[in-house]
Amino acid sequence: MADEAGRAAERVARESYGRLVAFLAARTRDVAGAEDALGEAFAAALRTWPVDGVPENPDAWLLTAARRRQIDALRRRQTQVAGEEDAQQMGDAIAAMAEQRDAIPDRRLALMFACAHPAIEPGMRTPLVLQTIVGLTAEDIAAAFLVPAKTMGQRLVRAKARIRDAGIPFRVPEADELPERLAAVLDAIYAAYTKGWSEVGGDAVPELADEAIWLGWLVVSLLPGEPEAKGMLALMLHASARGAARRDAAGAYVPLEEQDTRLWDVARIRQAEDLLRQANAAGPSGRYQIEAAIQSAHVARRLTGVADWAAIVALYDHLVALTGSPVALLNRAVARAEVDGPHAALTDLAPLEADERMQSYQPYWAAKGHLLSRAGHVAAAAEALRVAVGLTTDDAVKGYLLGRLAALAPPRREGPER
Amino acid sequence: MRFMMLIHHDEPALAKAGSELGAEYGAFNEALAKAAGCSPGERLKPSSAATTVRQRGGKTDVLDGPYADTKEQFAGYFFIEAPSLDEAIAWAQRCPSSKYGSVEIRPIMDVTGWKG
Repeated sequence: MADEAGRAAERVARESYGRLVAFLAARTRDVAGAEDALGEAFAAALRTWPVDGVPENPDAWLLTAARRRQIDALRRRQTQVAGEEDAQQMGDAIAAMAEQRDAIPDRRLALMFACAHPAIEPGMRTPLVLQTIVGLTAEDIAAAFLVPAKTMGQRLVRAKARIRDAGIPFRVPEADELPERLAAVLDAIYAAYTKGWSEVGGDAVPELADEAIWLGWLVVSLLPGEPEAKGMLALMLHASARGAARRDAAGAYVPLEEQDTRLWDVARIRQAEDLLRQANAAGPSGRYQIEAAIQSAHVARRLTGVADWAAIVALYDHLVALTGSPVALLNRAVARAEVDGPHAALTDLAPLEADERMQSYQPYWAAKGHLLSRAGHVAAAAEALRVAVGLTTDDAVKGYLLGRLAALAPPRREGPER
Repeated sequence: MRFMMLIHHDEPALAKAGSELGAEYGAFNEALAKAAGCSPGERLKPSSAATTVRQRGGKTDVLDGPYADTKEQFAGYFFIEAPSLDEAIAWAQRCPSSKYGSVEIRPIMDVTGWKG
């Protein structure tokens, strides 16, 4: 009984946390207050459900309990006249909602737009979404972002105070503003995914990647008409579908070219392809949609054995034109090597040499080493690969690059031969 | 929500801005006057006319000049009433000064119904 109640509480927590926070915070704009009230409601649930049994509608039960705390807090802060009326009004509204099963309006999208508002520092948007919508603790978020838990906690508190005090609205922006604002929401979610995934997994937090995919599904379900949301979800699904193939049995890194495609999650690839098809049918291509299309082309190439490198280069052309990103330029050059050979690709890479961001970007040096080696410049390739090794934090990738380096210039035997 | 909108300008650049800015401000203030709860503000004389006063330990310091010596100086203000920051940002975009200087949006603290 106690176990069943505990599991029910966890299930509700997982499914309802963000929904309830969003609903409680949408009216007051006080996210921290909503979280506190809900936290107390969950604590009360853990005390009473094991004894009294799980209520028929746990969400409504939690909402009612949280509402009481919220009204108490509001009363404490406001004068009698101004407070009573406000608290009463809010109480009535929430009570009306809680009476109907499944009638709690989903305000999570509005909360996401508040968390990713231009008035919120870009670096705090992802942590805010992870805490308010997913319910991750400041400790978990801090671990993923490699900052001390206390620091992350303080930043989250400040960001929530800012949502309340600066007047940041809880609403889905109007059509004219939606593309730009949605881009910020998608960027926040995708940043969570890349945090969880890093370049190749390694010591990253895989749960964070799962949370990001969950958030991607949430945005797609709440904004079904937005192709970029589908594009981003397709991109994350494509990358995660190959998760199991990225390491061999010994834990060594396996590049896409050498992956065992039988280890790919075909169901997930199908989901990604389906989403990408819908996105392509719906409207103009955005950054995520193009990146998903590139992933899709690579997957098709490995699965069918038919490579359309020219199409991949063309997709990168779009991406470079759209973002001007040096990373896109780098990947375009690598793809172009398959069409026009390594020399042409190295010529394309030349402008990146002056880019400071590339100097400490591991994939730049790894790609450069790969292209130089194919072009027959052994010494220069070895130098680039060594820099890549020096920039790698992931041991599996480091092992892979050291293998490439060794294959390039077989080590001379120590000492005289007998 | 009530917001104070603080206009900051690079003063030499403002001095060079011609009658165009004045005409834009005329239209902007008219729009502001029509919007409920908004009030056209005032333009301030340049910071060279400013005096800053501090009292510390019973001693009064009267300084010749503005509070902060920055490139963009406080140059004027207006008030708006808006449901959220988004509408306040829209007013800041409409304000001609956002093109020449900058507009800082500050929510006004509601002290009437709050104990603090």
